[in-house]
Amino acid sequence: MAQREGLGPGGKTGEVIAQALIEQFPEYIKIKKATHNRVYAMVDKTAWLKVATYMKDKFEFDHVTAVSGVDWLEEKKMWVVSHITSYSNQVTAEIIVELPRDKPEIDSVSNLWGGANWHERETYDMFGIIFLGHPRMERILTPEGTDYFPYRKDFVGGRRV
Amino acid sequence: MSLYSFAYGLALWICEVIAWIFNTIGASGIGGWLVTPGVVQFLQVIIVALIVFIVGFLVSITFIWQERKILGRLMDRRGTQVGVLGLFQNFADGLKAFIKEIIIPKDVDKWVYDAAPVILIGVSCFMIGLIPWGPDFYLANLSNGVLFVFAAFSIAPFAILIGGWASNNKYTVMGGMRAAGQLISYEVPILLSVASVVILAGSLNFLTIVQQQEDSMWYMFPLILGFVVFLVSLIAEIERIPFDLPEAEAELVEGWMTEYGGMRFGLVMLAEYVRAYVACSVAVLLFLGGWSGPSFVWPEIWFLLKVFILFAIFIWVRGALVRVTTKQILGIGWKRLMPLALVNLGIAIALKMTGVF
Amino acid sequence: MAEMWLNMGPQHPMTHGLWNLRVKIDGETIVEAEPVVGYLHRGWEKIAENRMYPQIIPLADRLCYGASMSWEHLYCNTIEDMMELEVPDRAKYIRSIVLEAQRIGSHLMWLAALGTDLGSYTIFLYSVRERELFLDLMQNLCGARLTYNYCRIGGVRNDVPANFERDFDRVLTHFEKKMSGLEALMDQSSVFRMRMEDVGYISGEQARNLGVTGPNLRGSGVEYDVRKDDPYEAYADLDFQVCYENEGDAFARYRVRMDEMYESCKIIRQAIKQMPKGPYRLKPPRTAEKGKSGWAHVEDPRGEGFMYAIGNGTDRPYRLKVRSPIFVTVSAAPVMLVGYKVADVPAIMGSVDMCLGETDR
Repeated sequence: MAQREGLGPGGKTGEVIAQALIEQFPEYIKIKKATHNRVYAMVDKTAWLKVATYMKDKFEFDHVTAVSGVDWLEEKKMWVVSHITSYSNQVTAEIIVELPRDKPEIDSVSNLWGGANWHERETYDMFGIIFLGHPRMERILTPEGTDYFPYRKDFVGGRRV
Repeated sequence: MSLYSFAYGLALWICEVIAWIFNTIGASGIGGWLVTPGVVQFLQVIIVALIVFIVGFLVSITFIWQERKILGRLMDRRGTQVGVLGLFQNFADGLKAFIKEIIIPKDVDKWVYDAAPVILIGVSCFMIGLIPWGPDFYLANLSNGVLFVFAAFSIAPFAILIGGWASNNKYTVMGGMRAAGQLISYEVPILLSVASVVILAGSLNFLTIVQQQEDSMWYMFPLILGFVVFLVSLIAEIERIPFDLPEAEAELVEGWMTEYGGMRFGLVMLAEYVRAYVACSVAVLLFLGGWSGPSFVWPEIWFLLKVFILFAIFIWVRGALVRVTTKQILGIGWKRLMPLALVNLGIAIALKMTGVF
Repeated sequence: MAEMWLNMGPQHPMTHGLWNLRVKIDGETIVEAEPVVGYLHRGWEKIAENRMYPQIIPLADRLCYGASMSWEHLYCNTIEDMMELEVPDRAKYIRSIVLEAQRIGSHLMWLAALGTDLGSYTIFLYSVRERELFLDLMQNLCGARLTYNYCRIGGVRNDVPANFERDFDRVLTHFEKKMSGLEALMDQSSVFRMRMEDVGYISGEQARNLGVTGPNLRGSGVEYDVRKDDPYEAYADLDFQVCYENEGDAFARYRVRMDEMYESCKIIRQAIKQMPKGPYRLKPPRTAEKGKSGWAHVEDPRGEGFMYAIGNGTDRPYRLKVRSPIFVTVSAAPVMLVGYKVADVPAIMGSVDMCLGETDR
């Protein structure tokens, strides 16, 4: 029969998790909103790997739904937005890490969660954000030899804009 | 009236007509030479060979038509509709194969590349002549006909292997080696089943075997195990689904035949169906009583009917099953079919020694 | 033979789409595998930044053209989350029905592709024949067979046509009868089982860590289904079971999808009975504030689909991110391939149900 071990309401709702995160990393995390199954947070760049490891070990966040990049051209920053899900607690956390636009580097979480591997490669391919510690930081969707980053706002492609 | 006597009459008539022409223009030496028995017999053999070849060839082509129609109906569609009942499709395919542009890759080994389909189709057509359709309808009635047919059957893996290798392509080499491995390993169950029939019949001659079956009973019944083993091994030998990994489209495009285009490919496809015809005919002759049946129609008709029914069963198997991988094919051949064939051989020996047959 | 790298693709009769699978083989055994995607990359997310919100719906159809209703619904859910709209109940039920019909259609297309990969055109023709019925239902509903353009932000485009319940009932009854015959063609065929059992094994923990979702994850014993664990549309009120198997091989994944088709028939029947009356669409606002974001995730036939949108202050989005389930599953494919033979590759990749449109976007 099915073992739903590790699944089902594990008792730790989003608010509990948010509270624990604030207590553990007080100066690195800002919680924007926390409901029973959602957590929205902004994390400092230097603490990203520590926060991710803490979430994985303590609250069983074991599935990376997506890692995406956002390019804020006028504010001269880039975001790396990660959505991470915990199957056992049924909570999805949205974590935003802000990076300076002229030096977009961030720690990679591919060694914690294999599911983030290709997402990070794609973010590098499209935005130029470098993930330090990634096993294979190469382009994935654009052909080899492409020397621009297509999804950046200063790259204008096509005719109808 | 046997085929040879009919051909003798025809050859004699032709020689007499040509001799009459030569006689009236005054060269009576050539005219006299033409009606000597030696020349007439030579022409007789050629006529018999032509008739047997054309008839066997037409039956092989009809197999293609039969496959397309029955397979279509199994898949809930109608099959080919070109011409009356779809019979014209074969000629359309042949014409297409003829007029296609021939593209030969640059680095193939020319001599071997050309030789491989020639060997394959040559050997297959060679076997057509050894299959008797009735007590009087055959080209050659060898005293060890069974052995000869299977020897010719086994040259095919050689041709496939060198064809795949000569095409200078990673995939065809793999396809060729898979085909060779499969075909060679399925020779063993086939020959063991055939050996059991030969033990019961006491002879390697096709006519004698069928005669023995008419006297006692079709060998399918006492040797049911051998019959099943023989059929499964035949499906593997003629490379049909479920055993068609050497030409598995989903992985290796066309396997060892990938680099053959135009008429070469047409010849190879034809060779496959000729081998299928020879395989079904041999199965009918050895196990299903050949041409025995009620005598209100010719024995040749009974033979053809049984061959077509057997091939319909092969088509049915193709429609229902999926392909089997190489490891599993070899496993089935060596680990399951060969022991069963040995058991069958034991049964045949027991039946013969206790005098039942 | 020595070890060599073999390119299975990009031009290949394996029917899944345009991608390249590089395998390093030692004789016939696979030692390493490396999928190479990106041949179908169209820059979808960048195109979407230059289109108005309703204009992106037909664009979302083309993400995975095998299950297009699922993607346009996901997009509408995302924008509704961003604009904080609550869709009317009738629209929720209509969407659930149509999504489940799309799930059956997508699984039948997967079955057809699996049949041709394994060498049996009979399976292909039988599945496509059943799929035609569902495409006819969709055509009655919205006029299109493949890319529907039916969901709208705030509801659906039109109400159900006349004889909706009668047609669905007829199709589902006929389909359930035919399914048992189709299943028997594969379950009771020892050749098929020999081909699919004990190949492509991936364990539950590996699948969870590598981000595999959907039937591929449920085939390895992890019972995660977004429809149950984070319900959207009308799924919270519908009673159905999550299909899973424990073995983790290709046969388990195949069984999960066949069971899901039965479950979808059940869901459609319940939803048709419970559908309330009322409006089927409400008018959404035209623009979204700058910096406002929203996201949604659904149970696509292939896994967990997810979209994340950020508004621009105008009527176009600033950023629209698509997570495709197969993009992540293909990255986990080497785990499923190493150690097996080259001849097993079509069976394994066929059981994963790839769709290249959503992988490359």
